[in-house]
Amino acid sequence: MPDKLLAIEQKRPEGDWRDAKVEFRKGTICYSAAPKNITYLSLPNPREWQPFDADWKLPPNWKEIILKGMKERLRKYRSFRLFMEICVRCGACADKCHFYVGSGDPKNMPVLRAELMRSVYRRYFTLTGRLFRALVGARELTEDVIKEWFYYFYQCTECRRCSVFCPYGIDTAEITMMGRELLDLIGCNINWVMEPAANCFRTGNHLGVQPHAFQDSIQFAADEAKEITGLPIEVPINRKGAEILFVMPSADYFGTPHYYTLLGYLMLFHEIGLDYTVSAFASEGGNFGLFSSHELMKRLNAKIYEEAKRLRVKWILGGECGHMWRVFHQYMDTMNGPADFLEPPVSPITGTHFENARSTRAVHICEFTADLIHHGKLRLDPRRNDRWNVTYHDSCNPSRAMGLLEEPRYILKNACRNFHEMPENTIREQTFCCGSGAGLGTDENLEMRLRGGFPRANAVKHVREKHGVNLLACICAIDKATLPTLMEYWVPGVEVAGVHELLGNALVMTGEKERTTDLRGEPLVREEATRE
Amino acid sequence: MKALSPLLAVLAIVGFAVVGGHTHAGLVFLAVFVPYAAFAVFLVGFCYRVARWAWIPVPFRIPTTCGQQKSLPWIKPASLDNPSTGWGAFRRMALEILLFRSLFRNNRARLHDRRLVLGEDRYLWLGALAFHWSLLVILLRHLRLFVQPVPVFVSVLSRLDGAFQVGTPALYISDVVILGTLVYLTARRFRNPLARYLSMPIDYLALFLLLGIVTSGLLMRFVVRVDVAAIKQFALGLAVFRPVVTSAITPIFLVHLLLVSALAAYFPFSKLMHMGGVFLSPTRNLANNNRSKRHVNPWNHPVKTHSYAEWEDEFRDKLKTANLPLEAEDARQITGH
Ligand code: HEM
Ligand code: SF4
Ligand code: SF4
Repeated sequence: MPDKLLAIEQKRPEGDWRDAKVEFRKGTICYSAAPKNITYLSLPNPREWQPFDADWKLPPNWKEIILKGMKERLRKYRSFRLFMEICVRCGACADKCHFYVGSGDPKNMPVLRAELMRSVYRRYFTLTGRLFRALVGARELTEDVIKEWFYYFYQCTECRRCSVFCPYGIDTAEITMMGRELLDLIGCNINWVMEPAANCFRTGNHLGVQPHAFQDSIQFAADEAKEITGLPIEVPINRKGAEILFVMPSADYFGTPHYYTLLGYLMLFHEIGLDYTVSAFASEGGNFGLFSSHELMKRLNAKIYEEAKRLRVKWILGGECGHMWRVFHQYMDTMNGPADFLEPPVSPITGTHFENARSTRAVHICEFTADLIHHGKLRLDPRRNDRWNVTYHDSCNPSRAMGLLEEPRYILKNACRNFHEMPENTIREQTFCCGSGAGLGTDENLEMRLRGGFPRANAVKHVREKHGVNLLACICAIDKATLPTLMEYWVPGVEVAGVHELLGNALVMTGEKERTTDLRGEPLVREEATRE
Repeated sequence: MKALSPLLAVLAIVGFAVVGGHTHAGLVFLAVFVPYAAFAVFLVGFCYRVARWAWIPVPFRIPTTCGQQKSLPWIKPASLDNPSTGWGAFRRMALEILLFRSLFRNNRARLHDRRLVLGEDRYLWLGALAFHWSLLVILLRHLRLFVQPVPVFVSVLSRLDGAFQVGTPALYISDVVILGTLVYLTARRFRNPLARYLSMPIDYLALFLLLGIVTSGLLMRFVVRVDVAAIKQFALGLAVFRPVVTSAITPIFLVHLLLVSALAAYFPFSKLMHMGGVFLSPTRNLANNNRSKRHVNPWNHPVKTHSYAEWEDEFRDKLKTANLPLEAEDARQITGH
C-alpha cells in the first residue's frame, strides 16, 4: 500500500489529448495475461510481454485485425456505432467518472476515453475524418494509440455511471467493452481477467477450485454454521431433482469477508427448509468474460443453464455478486436461453410468483429474502447486529444495469438497528464504484484502485464522521474483496460485509442454541434494548 | 487556437455571400442552386444515417437503469427512470427529448481540502434546453414564409413569442433566448477548462454557424431591414420548385440563406445527428424487462463451451473421491437395469 496519502488534485488539463503517449507506471496498470491462459481459452496471439516493454510484439497485421474487428462490431452492435457518432462533447459526463476524480487525468473523463476510440473510428470509417483529419478529431491508428487504449480501457471499471448523466445515454462502459474485445484480437489483455476466465472455463470457477475442494469448503462452511447455531445444517451438492439451483460467486466459499455471507445463506436456507442444491460445475456465478468479450461471456455463462437443466431444477437462485447479476439480468437469457426447461420461479415458502423473472427464471437472493421478510416468514433479532453502524454501498451493476435498490435496503433495515445512508449523489443509480471492478482489482494496480475508489471512500468517511458508521454493507463479491483495502486506506475503522451476513446474524432459527458469537466468531454484544 | 479554423470557415461563407451576389449568375447559384443542393444533402444524408442505425441490430437489452426496478409488488418501481414496459420506455424517452432528463441530473465534482463535494450544476441543462426550445420555435415561425395561407398554429406561436411588446418590430423571446444561450454555450467551451480541453475545432463550427445565422437574422429584422413580403415570394417560389430571383435578395439575406444552407449540408456529417440518434439509444429506449421477456439477438453465434460431460471426464477421480454423483455411472446403472 502506498505509504504516503495519495494527492488527489484537479488540475487544469494541458496540451492536446490526441497526443497518444502514455507513461506506464507500476501501481497504475495491470500486467499482461500469461500465455497459458490465452492458449487455454484458444484466444489469439499468446506471448510473453508487459505493458512497460517498448515492443509489445503485436502480430504483423495488427492494424488490419483491429480495423476489421471494428468494422464487424459496427455492424453488429447499434450501441457501438451510435455511441461513435452522436456524442456532442458537452462534457456532462466528464467529472462523473471516479477514475477522473481520483486521478485528475483528463483522459479518464468518459468522453475522452470514448474519443480515444472515436478518433480512430472517424479516420477510417467516416468521410469527414478521411478528408479533414485533425480538424474533425480523426487520428491515425498507431502502436501508441493501441498502448493508450490498453491503458485507458483497463482504467475503466465499466460501471456505467457516466451513462446515467449523458443526455443520450452514451455508455462509455459499452465502448470500453468494445475496446477490450478489439485488444483481445491482438492478444493485449490482462492476467487478472484472463486467469479467472481460463480457470472458470476449466473447473467451473474463477479460483480453479476442483470438485473435491469445492465440497470441502462448502462442508467446512456447513460445519461452521452448525457450530454457531447448534443445528444440523447440510448443503446438498449436485443433487438432481432439487427445486432450486443456488449459484454464487466462488469468492463466497473462498474469500473473507464473503465467507460470512455464505454462512448467512446456509442458515437462511436451513431455517426455511429450502429444497435446493449447489453445483460443483456451476460453481461460479461471476463471469470475467464480461470484462473481456461478449463471446467469452457467453462461453462461460453457458454452464449455468446447462447445469440447471441437467439437475432438473425448477429455477435458479443467485447469490450476492454485482457483475454476475449484470450477466444474469441483461445477457444470460439472450445468450444461452430460452430457459424453457425451467419453470417461472415461485417462492416455495411464500407462494410469491417472481413475475419479473418469469423468462430468465433466475431470482436474486435479495428479492427472495425481502419477500420472506415481508411475509413475516423470518424471525429476526436486529439487536444481534448492534455492534454495527451500517451504511449500504450500491454496487454498480445491480444499481445501473438492473435497479435492485430497495430490496437489500429492506433486508438491512430489518436486520440491523443502526442504518445510515450516504449522501444522495453517491448512492443508488448515482453510486460510486469501488474502483476495482471489471477485472482491475489486482494488487499491482493498487494506486489506481485507491484513486478510483476515492469518491466512494470519501462518502463513507462522511457518514463515519457524521453517524459513526463502522460497517459498509454491499452485495458484490468484488466489493467484498476490494473495499476492505480501500477502507483501510482512506477510512480506517470501517469493515465490509455482505447483506446476508447481517441477515444470518439476526436470524432467529428454530431450535438454535443461544448464540454467543456472530458469524465472524466475535462475541455478541448487544446495546441494552432501549426499543422493543 | 482550435476555434480559429471554424471561425475562418464561417467568415468565408459570409464573404462568398457578400461578393457572389453581385452578378446574376452568382445570385442564381447562391440563392437557388446552393439551398436546393444543401437541402437535398440534408434530407438524403439524415435519412441515410438514421436508416443505417436502425438497420444495425440491438443484440442485447442494455438499458441504464436509473431507479428502482419493478420486482416485488410492494416495492414501488421508478417507472420513468427504470421503465419495465414499452409504454414506460416511451415516457422515459419523451422526458429525455422534451426536457433533457439526464442532463438535469448534472452536478459538479469539486475537491475542497481533500474532500469531494458534489455541487448542483443545472446551468448546462438550462442553457441547452432553452437553446433547443427556442430553436424549435424559430424554425416553426419560419413556416410562415413557406406556407400560404399561414397555418393558425404558426400565427399563434408568433404572437405568443412576441408577447412582450418591446419596440417595433416586436422582439421575439425566442430570439433573445437563442442568442443568449448560444453565447453561453460558446463561452462555456472557451472558459470551462474541461470543456476547452475536450473540444475539437469542429465543435465550434456548429456554434459559430448558428451564431452567424441568428445574428444575420436579427440584423435583417432590426438593422438592415429587408422586404419580408418579397422574401416570402421568393421562399414560396423555392418551396414549389419555381424559384424566381428578385431584388429582395440583398446581401444580408444571402448571408443568412447561405449560412443556413451550410448548416443543413453539414448536418448529416456531424454530431448534430444527435437529433436522430437520441431516439435510438439502446441504454434509454428499451424497457428494463430483461428477466420477464426474452430479448432475441439476431446473430447469436454459437460458441465453444466446456460442457458438463467434458468437465466430468476431466474430474472423474476427484468427483469419485468426493462421493459426488456421476452422470456416466448413472448411465451405466440405467443400462444395467
Ligand atoms: C430531438 C431533437 C434534439 C435533442 C433532443 C437535442 C438535445 C441536445 C442535448 C441534450 C445537447 C447537449 C447539451 C448542450 O451541449 O447544449 C445538445 C447539444 C447541441 N445541439 Fe441538440 N438536440 C436536438 C436537435 C438539435 C438540432 C436540430 C440542432 C441544430 C441544428 C441542435 C444543435 C445542437 C448543438 C449545436 C449542440 C452543442 C452545443 C455545444 O456545443 O455546447 N440540436 N442537443
Ligand atoms: S455526456 Fe454524453 S454527449 Fe456529453 S460529452 Fe459525455 S458522452 Fe458526449
Ligand atoms: S463506465 Fe465508469 S469507469 Fe468507465 S468511463 Fe464511465 S464512469 Fe468511468
